[in-house]
Amino acid sequence: MGLFGKIAFGILLVMMLVYLWPAFRQWQEHGTKARQGDWQAVVLPLALVVGLVVLLVALVR
Amino acid sequence: MANDYTIVRGAGRVRGAGRAVETNKVLKNTYLLLSATLAFSALMAGVSMAMAVPTSMYLISVIGAMVLGMFVLPRTANSTTGIWVLFAITGLLGFGLGSILTVYLQLPHGAQIIATAFGGTGLIFLGLSGYALTTKRDFSFLGGFLFAGMMVIVLAMLANLFFTIPALALAISGAVILLMSGFILFDTSRIINGGETNYIMATYGIYLSIFNIFISLLQILGIMSDE
Repeated sequence: MGLFGKIAFGILLVMMLVYLWPAFRQWQEHGTKARQGDWQAVVLPLALVVGLVVLLVALVR
Repeated sequence: MANDYTIVRGAGRVRGAGRAVETNKVLKNTYLLLSATLAFSALMAGVSMAMAVPTSMYLISVIGAMVLGMFVLPRTANSTTGIWVLFAITGLLGFGLGSILTVYLQLPHGAQIIATAFGGTGLIFLGLSGYALTTKRDFSFLGGFLFAGMMVIVLAMLANLFFTIPALALAISGAVILLMSGFILFDTSRIINGGETNYIMATYGIYLSIFNIFISLLQILGIMSDE
């Protein structure tokens, strides 16, 4: 990527940060809190995703 | 008293049934529109590959799609214009993706890498959507964590744009896959629990998760296969 491309993409990423900031603040201040067992219900499928990615890497090596 | 209670319970049931019908409608429309936009993206990727557009087109397409997604789609999502804007965004992303796929196809095992990334993305999406739909658990508590994660990743991408560290690029791709997997759970659960009633915005969210998982998986498999 050339310097011009990097600068254009950099500006876009900064714009994205500005765009994400209100949503981030809103979820931090008014978002629902996790109850018991909620994180377990997320960690299990995400661990399976990690396992799948490792398997796919092993397949192409 | 008993009658009042029955009436209130009855009204609640009618409201509950109405909400379930509304939720199913949003869910059905979201998956229909998602299928159509994914097919359109694939078509545009095919056009881009046939035209052999340069890889710089990817950056131009992503910038165009992000500008449309940030400034135009939220203003048009409540009208039919929103559907055309969504097709423009997904078409642009598909067109840009085609230029990346052309590069991968020139690698010795490029076709295998693309097929593996495609299959992996499909498995991740179907598995996580199926999980969110069957458990019916409310994943809205993930909101703060996911948006914080997004901001950290954008900052890391910004840093790597100028420092160009391959290990950081790999770490970012891995983090994007995990974060987008979380977004699939979050977005699907919001549709089921009535948090998202606009199927155009719901489709946009899920489409972006799928697209980002595919691109990141492609990058990881490309790096790890020593191609």
